[in-house]
Amino acid sequence: MTEKTNVIITASPHVRSPDSTTKIMWSVVISLLPVIASAIYFFGPSAILVIIASVAGCLITERMFGSNPGSVADGSAMITGLLLGLCLPPGFPLWMAFLGGVFGMGFGKLIYGGLGQNIFNPALVGRAFLQAAFPVAITTWPSGTPHWWNLQGDNFALPFMTPMPDTITAATPLGNLKFGDDPVATPVLDLLLGTINGSVGETSALLILVGGIYLAVRGHLNWHIPVSIFVTTFLVSGLFYVIGISQFSPWFMLFSGGLMLGAWYMATDMVTSPLSTKGCWLFGFGIGLLTVIIRIWGGLPEGVMYSILLMNALVPFINRITQPRLFGTSGNKKGAAK
Amino acid sequence: MRGLPSFKHGVHPPENKEITSGIPSKRFPFPKEVILPLSQHIGMPSKALVKPGDRVERGDVIAEAAGFISSTVHATAAGTVKSIELWPHPSGQMIPSIRIAVDPNSSQMRRNRIVPRWQDVKDEDLSKEIAKAGIVGLGGAAFPSHVKLCPPKDQPIELLIINGSECEPYLTSDHRVMLEQPEMVYEGIRIELKALGITRCVIGIENNKPDAIEVMRNAKPADLDATIQPLTVKYPQGAEKMLIKAIMGREVPSGALPSAIGAMVQNVATAANVAAVFQSGHPLIERIMTVSGRGIRKPGNWKIPFGTKLRDVIEHCGGLTDDVAEILFGGPMMGQAISDLDVPVLKGTGGILVLSKDECKRQDIMPCIRCGKCLEACPIFLNPQWMKELAKAERYEELVAEAHLNDCMLCGCCSFVCPSNIPLSQYFAMSKTQLKRLPKS
Repeated sequence: MTEKTNVIITASPHVRSPDSTTKIMWSVVISLLPVIASAIYFFGPSAILVIIASVAGCLITERMFGSNPGSVADGSAMITGLLLGLCLPPGFPLWMAFLGGVFGMGFGKLIYGGLGQNIFNPALVGRAFLQAAFPVAITTWPSGTPHWWNLQGDNFALPFMTPMPDTITAATPLGNLKFGDDPVATPVLDLLLGTINGSVGETSALLILVGGIYLAVRGHLNWHIPVSIFVTTFLVSGLFYVIGISQFSPWFMLFSGGLMLGAWYMATDMVTSPLSTKGCWLFGFGIGLLTVIIRIWGGLPEGVMYSILLMNALVPFINRITQPRLFGTSGNKKGAAK
Repeated sequence: MRGLPSFKHGVHPPENKEITSGIPSKRFPFPKEVILPLSQHIGMPSKALVKPGDRVERGDVIAEAAGFISSTVHATAAGTVKSIELWPHPSGQMIPSIRIAVDPNSSQMRRNRIVPRWQDVKDEDLSKEIAKAGIVGLGGAAFPSHVKLCPPKDQPIELLIINGSECEPYLTSDHRVMLEQPEMVYEGIRIELKALGITRCVIGIENNKPDAIEVMRNAKPADLDATIQPLTVKYPQGAEKMLIKAIMGREVPSGALPSAIGAMVQNVATAANVAAVFQSGHPLIERIMTVSGRGIRKPGNWKIPFGTKLRDVIEHCGGLTDDVAEILFGGPMMGQAISDLDVPVLKGTGGILVLSKDECKRQDIMPCIRCGKCLEACPIFLNPQWMKELAKAERYEELVAEAHLNDCMLCGCCSFVCPSNIPLSQYFAMSKTQLKRLPKS
């Protein structure tokens, strides 16, 4: 045996679970692949173009302003880009999608100090920015073209030129039921499969469900949040439906709009969701409740984005009131989180 | 595994017990020199009774307890006292230690010692005999057993819990004790029960040791009120509070001792050594230790005399492999990394682990993504995510008063699960050390 051996001297524990933040992030990306594939199937090249534009906006911003040059590799900017792309209309001008990515990344995440520091989900910050800046473009849902390889709408519109010269638009299931001249609820089966009009990646509830369950089984996603959102949405909208206040059936509520994508992928963003299981139930309850309220009484057809952003703002408060009970005590009197 | 009692939260690291669990323990050859630090236990360092040049026989008292919470040290091999000097200790400090040059011609027989039959000793005097034999808790903390067996008068003990869970990965020394000396364990249980003045005991064994559960069941004396309770395999099942929760279904109040709810936990190896005291007058001078890990060529279970240098242990076990990365005393979750091959093995050393590079990969620390996995892992229900922020900001007073640092037992579950590899429990260990340095106000 050699006299001098190079050994590590560290404090315990000396072994680690194989999980890593980078692995979690990239497995989220992998779980979104079926959703992306279905988006291309339903909306043709437009879908992939919109996704690429928003991903490019996010990655470039992270690379330029991120805390270190390697931070792009952790996968979180990729997720933000994909999620933003997936919740935009397929005919969305690409320069706007790119700008949304830049804004979401820059003002939703990096300005707070990068990964782990942000309060709001960066993809939703990007989308909220686009909603405010381009209210017409973001609510323009092109009706299907005869050939799927045709572009949907005005992807290549130039910045600040008058957009949408000759697009034929059609309503989404939510918009149709709420604001349409002839409100008819889209069958739930269509909502599940995704053969409907809507944002790039929000149409097929079934595939989002598959991806979400895959992540939950692998322990990379806190299933308490989506379950809490779904239970709340279902029960609250069911109540309003039964007593005749709203025309949305609870099943329609669950599978329409951005609820699936939002509940599985955006609300569960670890950085912007509560720490404890109890907190996650509370968080999901708030999102479900706000979504139903905005959908029924709000000025917009969809309320998932604002519900999640509002509840993101409440996370520090939720963390404070849901401190775990210390072992060997009846409650946590002194505990308080920052 | 469902249905077996356990506690909430915790983690399940790879067990890696199969490396040594099937290898019977063998006597380790006597080294040329033994180093016996005066601090091998929690409490005041012992007071040396020998001086350089003295001849000592194996089992002779060489240092006595200095105060109640202290322990007696015995010569673990016959030979001549070389010196009493500062020597590297597993804790990383230099500690006054008695160096004994082992006599190669000695038979290493123990001096005959007359011991009373334990049945004839008064209940309250049993702990005195145990103190004389230098018995400390062999579960890892090395707390003097005679102190533990004298609980506060106003908190009577009702149930003795014997800890055979051995939840640390790799370690199999307690497993071997149960397989090889079940009757000694039971004898020790009888003595401990008599010392406590009670009759009932439960033996908790993790369910990954079905052979130990069977052997212990078969060896159980019919007249002893003992139950063998298989437990869910989960770390840290062997932590006192977790074991009590699993077996009694009750939580030890925060800041209190298990005696507050009438429980006492003793390790299986401690019980076996208590029995040895009265059977043969055998003081605590050696114990079964697991030598394991992928970094050592010949892993096994050995009955090693205390004071044997790490160097001698490694040499006898075939030496280190080329990809050795870390040497530990204890298990991988709470063990102590050793920097010096001259460090001796001590009473509290349950295992010597030599981890290879594959077993303890260095991983980059990423930013905290507030995933909450540490909260889901903490068996004490602390908030490691928040505690880490306080520790980083050196807000130690808040860390203790509001975040309950004192309840943290440094089990390492939070660090184990953290996907960003943030050294959480390491922060807490450092904070505890810093707090000790602060003047008491």
